[in-house]
Amino acid sequence: MILNRLEHRIKNIEHRIMKLNSNRQFLEGSHAVAEIIKLIKPAVVAAYPITPQTHIVEDLAKIKASGAGDFEYINTESEFAAASVLLGASATGVRTYTATCSQGLLLMTEVLFCIAGLRLPVVITCANRSVSAPINIWNDQQDAVTIRDAGWLMLYAETNQEAVDLHLLAYRLAETLRLPVMVNMDGFVLTHTYEPLIMPTQEHVNKFLPAYKAEVGTFLDVKNPVTIGALAYPDSYMEIRKQLADDIYSSSDLIKKYNTEFKKVFGRSIGDNGIVEEYKTKDAEVVLVAMGSVCGTIKEVVDELRERKQKVGLLKIISFRPFVDDEIVKSLGKAKYIAVVDKSISLGSEGILATEIKRAAYNRLKVKIQSFVVGLGGHDVTKEMIEQIVFDIKKDKTSGIHFVGCS
Amino acid sequence: MKYQLEVQPGTTIKNKTGGWRVAKPVVDHEICIGCDMCRKICPEGVCFPTGEKNSKGRIFYDRDLDFCKGCGLCAKECPVTAIKMVDDFK
Amino acid sequence: MQEKYKNPFEHLIAPGHTACPGCGQLMSARLVLDTCGPNTIIANATGCLEVTTTKYPTSSWKVPWVHSLFENPSALASGILAALKQKGLDKETNVVAFGGDGSTFDIGFGLISGMWERKENILYICYNTEVYSNTGYQASGATPFDANTTTTPPEKKSMGNNFLRKNMAELAIASGCIYVAQTTCGYPNDIINKVKKALTFTGPKYIEILTTCVPGWGTESEMTVQLGKLAHKTGIYPIFEYYDGEYKAMKIPAPALKVEEYLKYHKRFKHLFKDEKGKEAIAEIQKLADKNIEKYNLS
Repeated sequence: MILNRLEHRIKNIEHRIMKLNSNRQFLEGSHAVAEIIKLIKPAVVAAYPITPQTHIVEDLAKIKASGAGDFEYINTESEFAAASVLLGASATGVRTYTATCSQGLLLMTEVLFCIAGLRLPVVITCANRSVSAPINIWNDQQDAVTIRDAGWLMLYAETNQEAVDLHLLAYRLAETLRLPVMVNMDGFVLTHTYEPLIMPTQEHVNKFLPAYKAEVGTFLDVKNPVTIGALAYPDSYMEIRKQLADDIYSSSDLIKKYNTEFKKVFGRSIGDNGIVEEYKTKDAEVVLVAMGSVCGTIKEVVDELRERKQKVGLLKIISFRPFVDDEIVKSLGKAKYIAVVDKSISLGSEGILATEIKRAAYNRLKVKIQSFVVGLGGHDVTKEMIEQIVFDIKKDKTSGIHFVGCS
Repeated sequence: MKYQLEVQPGTTIKNKTGGWRVAKPVVDHEICIGCDMCRKICPEGVCFPTGEKNSKGRIFYDRDLDFCKGCGLCAKECPVTAIKMVDDFK
Repeated sequence: MQEKYKNPFEHLIAPGHTACPGCGQLMSARLVLDTCGPNTIIANATGCLEVTTTKYPTSSWKVPWVHSLFENPSALASGILAALKQKGLDKETNVVAFGGDGSTFDIGFGLISGMWERKENILYICYNTEVYSNTGYQASGATPFDANTTTTPPEKKSMGNNFLRKNMAELAIASGCIYVAQTTCGYPNDIINKVKKALTFTGPKYIEILTTCVPGWGTESEMTVQLGKLAHKTGIYPIFEYYDGEYKAMKIPAPALKVEEYLKYHKRFKHLFKDEKGKEAIAEIQKLADKNIEKYNLS
């Protein structure tokens, strides 16, 4: 009770501080995303509810209803339809948006592959959540990694500030590369949490992200009647898929370039370069690798262990697709132990990020790499658990997978 | 992009499907009354008015054998049996 | 061989497509699209119509055309319309969705209901071959009673398809479609007139066209139009339109033909002409046709 009152007072004070600086706001993660989407001005927003994504589309509905945004807002009867509506709209040459997660993302799967294959610059937010069964609405990252092969760029936010910033980067990348981009933010942990953040101004948004103009002859237009979605026979299918694979892989240069531009306009970088963020890795003996909000917890543990003279660091992966081997290997070069902290698992194998790190390191690093799975279905991830990981990786002689904190 | 995914309109005309045919429609221009039925029902869309008139003053129709698959619909549906299917083995 | 008369290539679906000779769907789609005209955008479902007209890097379509999946042309059309609204082009453009019966009656049904619920100004055309043609003639929700398909083979313990076909047109009416019609590839002028009529309405519109599938039905390619006519004249497939709360049927010339006159041309009904059991089945089908004649006031 006392704690609640205290929290309330802190909130009030913070609100007053925020008011002093119009850019700086104290927002719920979902609301912050809705606000940045408002400034990005998509032409078509499709909506279908799923926890914990709902606040985003609810806020956008309010924005539309109040007249603050003049996009088409389409309530659909499923996520499958929501993604299909965006496919149709994007193929007609306009900017589009929706948000989803978990079962909703999986229901979209077929459409997500199509959106990428048709090279449509759709952007969606995934409020990462576990996947049934058992049914569970809380956070992990199983949903998005499960469709990692769909041909989308996949970016992960650690904080709500990053979630906001990544949406700007996402649209810029999508519309230049003609590739869809998924911005991932941990459900509840970010979407339902209030954090102070700098909300970009419309002027700055316009400076970084020009209005979208699809190239003539690439969209549905009665003046240039092209066919989109033709049937590829064996003589062209593989070539077209290779082109897609090449374009996604080589997009890392553009991520770095746009991150530099982002820094110029907004005065802050997204991680080190939009791809990764190194945290005290330079001399680290143990490097933890992770994506999303868990990086915040890990950073605290790194600080504490450093005080105790342990050489520990964190490599935060922002861009999971493309998975930029060179950047990652470069950051891991000096470590002896690499503990990959996954909030997902490929059942019958190991943590999905762990497999990726091992692949990237193959023949390039002589180092122990081990998979640690944490926080499935909203399971607590405490500082003690992270410390335990640092302890375990040095001690455990096997390379088996650890389920951390699992009773 | 090297492989442009957007395909240009009406480009299947490169694919001459006339080779599928085992019988071809032959139009008797004198009997043809220019009713437009064959043009409407041809699944290939290759029956057309020629713009020329027969001795009765009717604009008569013909068909494009580059594409005609020889289904026989035009002959079957012609209200004045101006079209006959004849063997066309190649 | 140089032909004397030059093909004007006037239609909005170009030749060179790979549909079967005598395809009722291609014939109907061309009539529909020519009637809609060049200011039309098509969202097409996966199926024969898509496969036969868009072999990369060629296309038969002369209007903007998009295909992505089997079940979603309706939702694509919603997205297209929304984008056109933002561009201020929605009033001057026809947004039309094409699906076969598999796409419409079965896998895409949920998305179609969503499109109808939103009351969007979209014309949905179902080319009903009463079977999954493109995958090799499996039964769909539109397959008629006792038909032989590759998933409803008539054998010792079966007469073919056990189910009565789903009535999509009635579902469209119940869903609040502003214009609903059924017609067949037997009546090209009727297809043209119904499409013209549909386009005079603003709102969700549904037209279902029974289109002969030559290999799926097991018939001769020259019979495509005739079977469209016989389906109507026997009462098996009523031709009607519904708008402003009223049905307007195309009458059957009296007396209505017996269903055998239609069934006998199909290999898919051949098993009904073998024995007494078949006779009974035909009598059942006759009852269904008679019911149609009564319900839609066809005689």
